[in-house]
Formats: sequence, structure tokens, C-alpha cells
Amino acid sequence: MMKIDAQSGKEIALRLEALGNDVLADIELKKNPSLSILTRSLNNVYFDEDQGLIRLGDKKQSRNYINLNQAKKFMQTLLVAKQIKWLLDQQKPALSIRQLYYTLKHSIPGSKENTFDTQDESDPLIEDVEVMVDALREELKLIATPKGVLAGPMVVLDQTGDTLDFSKMGSAGGAVPPSVEENTFKIKECSADFILVIEKFAVWNLLNQGKYWKDANCMIMTGKGQPARAERRLLHRMQKELNIPIYVFTDMDPWGYYIYSVYKQGSINLAFFSEKAGAPKARYLGFSTGDVKQFDVPRSAYIKLKDIDYKRIKEIEAYDWFKSKGWKDEFAAMKQFGYKVEQDSLVAKSIEFTAKEYLPTKIENKQFIN
Amino acid sequence: MYYEGDMMTTNVAETMAKTHKAISIAEFFEKNKHLLGYENLQKSLLTVVREGVDNSLDACEEARILPDVYVELQKGTTGDNKFKVIIEDNGPGIVKANIPKIFGKLLYGSKFHRLRQSRGQQGIGISAAVLYGQLTTGKSAKIYSRINDGKTHIYELHVDIQTNEPSVVGEDTVYGSGHGTRIELNVKGRYVKGKQSIYEYIQETAIMNPFAKIVFVDPEGEKFEFPRAVEELPREPREIKPHASGIEFGTLLRMMKNSKARIISGFLATEFSRISSEKAKELCVLANIDPKVSTTSLTRDEAEALHDQMQKAKLQNPPMDCLSPITAKPIEEGLKKELAPEFVTAVSRSANVYSGNPFLVEVGIAYGGNLDQDGSVHLMRYANKVPLLYEQSACAITKSVIQTDWRRYKLSQSGGSLPVGPVAITIHFASVWVPYTSEGKEAIASYPVIIKEIKLAIQEAARRMGVYLSRKRRANEVEERKAIFRRYVGELAGALHGLTGKDEEKIATQMSELIEEKLKTMVLVEEPEDSGHDAEDLKDVDNEIPDEDNGEKEDGE
Repeated sequence: MMKIDAQSGKEIALRLEALGNDVLADIELKKNPSLSILTRSLNNVYFDEDQGLIRLGDKKQSRNYINLNQAKKFMQTLLVAKQIKWLLDQQKPALSIRQLYYTLKHSIPGSKENTFDTQDESDPLIEDVEVMVDALREELKLIATPKGVLAGPMVVLDQTGDTLDFSKMGSAGGAVPPSVEENTFKIKECSADFILVIEKFAVWNLLNQGKYWKDANCMIMTGKGQPARAERRLLHRMQKELNIPIYVFTDMDPWGYYIYSVYKQGSINLAFFSEKAGAPKARYLGFSTGDVKQFDVPRSAYIKLKDIDYKRIKEIEAYDWFKSKGWKDEFAAMKQFGYKVEQDSLVAKSIEFTAKEYLPTKIENKQFIN
Repeated sequence: MYYEGDMMTTNVAETMAKTHKAISIAEFFEKNKHLLGYENLQKSLLTVVREGVDNSLDACEEARILPDVYVELQKGTTGDNKFKVIIEDNGPGIVKANIPKIFGKLLYGSKFHRLRQSRGQQGIGISAAVLYGQLTTGKSAKIYSRINDGKTHIYELHVDIQTNEPSVVGEDTVYGSGHGTRIELNVKGRYVKGKQSIYEYIQETAIMNPFAKIVFVDPEGEKFEFPRAVEELPREPREIKPHASGIEFGTLLRMMKNSKARIISGFLATEFSRISSEKAKELCVLANIDPKVSTTSLTRDEAEALHDQMQKAKLQNPPMDCLSPITAKPIEEGLKKELAPEFVTAVSRSANVYSGNPFLVEVGIAYGGNLDQDGSVHLMRYANKVPLLYEQSACAITKSVIQTDWRRYKLSQSGGSLPVGPVAITIHFASVWVPYTSEGKEAIASYPVIIKEIKLAIQEAARRMGVYLSRKRRANEVEERKAIFRRYVGELAGALHGLTGKDEEKIATQMSELIEEKLKTMVLVEEPEDSGHDAEDLKDVDNEIPDEDNGEKEDGE
């Protein structure tokens, strides 16, 4: 395992070195030193319908040193690149992006200025380096703190050498580690029939307490709201390696719908990551406007849609990956209904309702929004 | 009752008549010395010095001698607040016979009736200083005069207050070479530093009289030298006759009475400037007076009609060579040598006329250097090359400065006040007759034409300063920008060394060379190919990223 790691690390280090040499070539030719970076904004993102993924276009922008608006950012970008190469070369343990920020922050000799003043300055540059050397943050020895937990009949060989049985993780479940690459988090076996991704920890927790995953023979996972990169990457790998259905269960509101799409098609900002983190086969299980009637959700669980909700619906409706008939109908229905419903509210019917009634019915009847 | 009352009035009037008697001018001024600048101890000491220095500079200029003036203040030996004031010059000196009257008789002088620009105007100044000295210390003045005849004439004298005649208490003649005048006065006064001080007066004098060398020794014995910055005296003013426009009726009558001309048209043509004999006849005809009538037989009505026509007449402006401008270059030199500013400019306007009196305005502006960065600009007002230290707010010069919009010239200014910045402004009003607002002679009256001329002069000088400041600002901006590129070289070289393993110092050197080469061609306007679209795009990236991947940002929370 470590061998593979070292090799891919070496490859990326070489790409970083090449990047430095390109800049040096500019300097030697007395050209304005420049970096060419894929644009990571909405106008360079498109929806690849064949793959079912949000992808980054090929629009590039150059970042030049002899440019007042860009000089500092240019310098900062190279500092980030240098530090990543150093992490790889020295085979240091992976750092969080905040820790990386601290290793780079210092005052510039001869001035009162700092190389970086806030983490907001270094974070986007890490993504720039990711696209420049076509490598994932995880491969760059940087981690984002994951929040996810999962449980179910799966056994994994961790990079520490420990074997993790996710059916024996108790009431807390097993945590999703920062790095879930094949060499760090190897899925040895999994007998589950499907994967259920749940927006909220509280709902996941209730299902785990009741050993729903055992009854339904499935994996249950939550990213606690918006998923971090590790949960997405893990879901992607599970789709690829296990080849079993994936169902996503969120709140019935535009924010919940969007969380589903991030798992499935990827996000705009990390469009370059979709290919390695998207799970296009994921299906939206609920909660949906149709469920409200079908399961007779009590009126007390309705929450009136606010202006900000309507605004978000409008934004999401415009995304190409939300333009299917199923979603068009859902948005229309929601606007007509005028309320949203949280997935937690099903406990109003009964504590066991989600596990015993709702989920089995929906999965049995294949009631999904596509 | 009525009768009685009338009787009483008569008696009082008779009693009062017995107490009426002539008052000597000297006696009058003893009681009204505040009118001459002796209103308090601080100002009195300044006035004494000022009268002496003004006299010295006038004398030198008139004799076309580059002035060397020496001013010394000694602490008196007889108690507090007593000073011995010594003023010495290299002027022409004074002939022996004239010394007593010049220093010992008020209103004696050559300048009062003469229409040409000079510092003193009334022939009161130096004799009033003598009078002030004797009144406050009881001591006579001592005068030394050398007129290049191998002798020094020494007088000790004071003013006889009853008669306004000099009272000589000592007289001597000793050997002496060269020329010049020295006066020693014992006076009561208070010596201060800073605002409205003798030092300030002398420095301001030195700025606008850069052809003079002044040495000042203060009461502590400290010596200050104000060197000469230009070796040429200002143009010598020529004496002119009065101009008809703006002449007072009373003055006209007096002139008629004193004139040697027999007939009225001859009087007009000889006593006034810009009136030819043709024009004189024309004015008489217009006033319905026979041009050949005798000046003495003119009735009051006729004189008034003539005065009327003189005011209405379209006459050429009076000749301007009665004025002696400092001119732009010497003003700049004066500002440079005294204030060492980083920028200096001066404007000398051509002459104009108020109430028949020719005048002109000159403005000098100094910026930066050691000038005070905070607070209002340092405004220095001058009338006929003499600094005006009091009554600043009443003066036409101050009003003109305040009315100018200095923000147009890159200085900050809040409404109704002087602008703010490291700036010194000298404004010189030169005229054959300076229209002061009061007897104190410290503020110039606000005639519209005077305000207008001052403002025009200010605007021209200020515009040049504004151009300099915006150029400087732009140059600073470019330097700041350049500094940014230079600042990151070390960081960049370090990063590139880390990425490539190449020699860090060599990279830094190459980087620096590249930057300097690029900056050479860098113009004030930013290079468009770099800062245009790319910069915009980059901004887009940063701004348009929706905050969806919150998971990442929660790092470290």
C-alpha cells in the first residue's frame, strides 16, 4: 500500500516540479511569469448528460506575476505548490488545509506584510494546484475534516493495518476517515444490497440504534448535512466497487435536494472532482411532495416556505442536472404546496415509522425522483 | 427759568474755553500709542524692531545698496521687561543736519507726500519708536550715522513732547569709515518666541526680501543669520503724480491750493498722471468751466463739477513703474533658502488700480520639506515687502486665500478656513498707498479689485502646485506598485527553489532583473493585457463560488 502511495506521490511531485520549471523558463526568457489555471466558475462548468456528472470546461485563465492585481496571488500559489511538494517529498503525514495555511503564513522579510492573512486566501489556491497538476487534494497529502459516519455489513482494511468491521461499530457507527483511497481504505467485503445516504445524523442515528441496516441488509451513511470530500469519494468508490443501488434521503426542501445532487452529480466549485467523487447512479428516495400525502404527514410538520427557499428553488431549477421531468414536477408541486417538510418529522407518526413503514414502502415500490 | 438756563450755558462755555488749548502731535500719540502699534509689551517691542528694520531696508533700496541689516536685542540692566534694541545697516547714512528731525520729530519725513512704493508711509515710525522708548524707560535714543565722509556723527536725543521738536542731549563726531546708520533704543517690552515674534517677523522679512542679509541676535545672545539669496535689488520705483480717478474731493482742493499752475487746465495737466493738456481742456469743458480760469477763482460748485468729471473720465491707468515688485524668481529663492521646501513656485501679477492707486500682487507657494505636515498652511502676508503679523482674519489676503477652492489643487480644506497641508504661502501686496483697514496697519482693506487680483495670483501659483502634487502622487503610486513586484521576489525564489531544486539566489537575481526590465517600460496607466480581463476572470472565480462545499470550510473550527 505504501508503495503505491509513494509512487503516485512521486508522480505528482514531478508534475509540481515541471510547473516550477515552466515558471523558471518564463523568467529566463524575460517573459512575464505566468500560470495557466482552469477556470472554476459557473461559466466554465457544464453538465455531462452521458456521464451524469457536473464537469469542468477547458476555459483557462492565466495568472501573471507582473500584474498588480495578481502578483501576490501568483506568489501565494507558488508557495502552496512548493509546500505540497515538500509534504510529498518528505513523506509527511497529511495536513489539514488549515494546518497547511499555518505552515505557510509568515511575514515577508523587509515588509510588514504577511504571505497569507487568512485561510480564505490559501484554500482556493489549493484547488488551483489540484487542477494544475490534475491531482486530488487527498493525493496532495491534504485533508479536509470529514464528518461522515457509516454502518452496515462491510469490512475495510485501513491504512493503519487495522481491519474495520462496520457491522460492529456500536451506536456511534464508524467514522469516514479523511483519506478513503484504495490504498488507505480498502473495501475487503460488503454483503449489503443497497446504500442509503441520509442527510441528517439524527435520522441516521435512529436507524442505526434500531439496526435498520441489519433488517434491510444495507449500508447507512450520513455526511451530516453538506458532505465533505471524503464522504463523496467513498460513495463514489462504493458505487464503482460494490455495484449496488444508492438511495438518498434528505429533507423536503431545496437545500436537501441540492445535497442529493452533490452526492450524485458533483458540485460547481469542485467540478474537477466530480469524476472521482460523483455517484451518478444515486437515486432520490425522498422526502418528496408526493410522500406528504402518501404517508399522511401531520399538518403540524409543515413548515411554510420562505422567500429564501423560493429563491433557492429558482436557482436549482435552472441547473441542467435538475431539468428532468420528475424534478420539474417536484419543484412545481412544492411551490404549489407552499411548505417544506423535514425528514425528522416522520417521528411524529411513530418513532419506528421511518424504518418500518416509510423506507421499506418507498424502496419496495421504487418510488424515486429521477 | 429759561433766562437763567441760558445764562448758565454761557458761563459753562466760558469756563470750558479757558481749558481749550492746542495739543502737540507728540502729546496726542503719547496718549494714543496703541494706534501706532504700541498696545502691549509684546507688540511694542516688535513694532520698535520693525520700524527700525523697515527704515533700514527702505534706505538701502533707495540708495541702491544691497542691504546688510543687524538687529540685536539686549536684556536691560534696570529691571524686567527692559530691552536695548540695536539696529544697524549699511545704508547711505543720514546727513548730520537731518538726524535730529528724522528721529526726534513726529510726522517728519520724505515718504508721506510721495507717490511711490516704500515700506514706511507716514514719517511717524522711527520717531514714534524713539518716543515710545523715552516714555517707557526715560532714556534717549542714540544714533550713529556715517555718510562716507570719514566721520561718524553721534546724536543722543528724544522728542520734546510739548513742541514735537527734537531735544538733543548729546552730540559727537568721531572717526568712521563707510556708510550706514545705527540706532540704539532702550524700550520696555516682552520678548516671545513663536507666533507674532520678532524672530518670525525677521524670517518672514528675509523670505520676501531675499536681496537683504539680516543678522539677528536674540536677548539670550543667540545669533541667527538670514543670508542673502539674490544679488539684485528689486526695480527702483519711480515717483508718480496722482491719478484722477479715485482722488478725494478734499485732496483735489488742497492740491489746487498748493499748485504752482495758474490756470485750471494747466493744473490738471501738470499735477496728475495720464491727463494731457488736451484732456485737461476737455474735462473743463465737460464741467462747464473755462479752461483758462485761475485755480484760485474756482467756486466750490465748479470744483465739485470738475471732480465729478475727473471720476467719470476714461483715463489711461497710472504708470506702473511706481511699483517695485519682488518678482517671481527672487520670491522662490527666498522661500527656498529659508524653508528648504521640496517644491516652490511664485507668481508676480502685472499691476492694476484701486481708487486710482496702482497696485500689484505677488504670490509664492512652498510645499513639503520641513514644513509642518499637520494643520493649516502657513500664510504670510506682506504689504510693500513688510510682513503683517496681526489681524490676519480681517485682511483681504486671508479672505482671498479662504475663498479659493484649494481642493482643486490637491489640498484639503474645510469650508471657510485655510487649507491644510505642508504648505507656506507668501502673498505680497505692493502699492503706492496701502489701504489698511485701521491705523494699526496690519490688515489690507477688501476692495473687490484687490481680492480679485489676489485670487488670480493664488490660482496661478496653486495650479502649478496642484500639477506638481498630482505628478508626485502618480509617481508615488508607480513606486508603490513597483515595490509590490520587488517585495515578493524572495518568497517567489524560495518557492521556485522548493519546486525545482534550482539555485535560489540565482532565481532571485534573474527575477529582479526581469522585474526591473518590465518596470522600465511600465507606464502610469496599468498594462492592459494583464490587468484587464484576466483580473476580472479571477475575481469571478473567487466571488462566484457558491458556498456549497461547506464541509471543507469547517476545517479547524
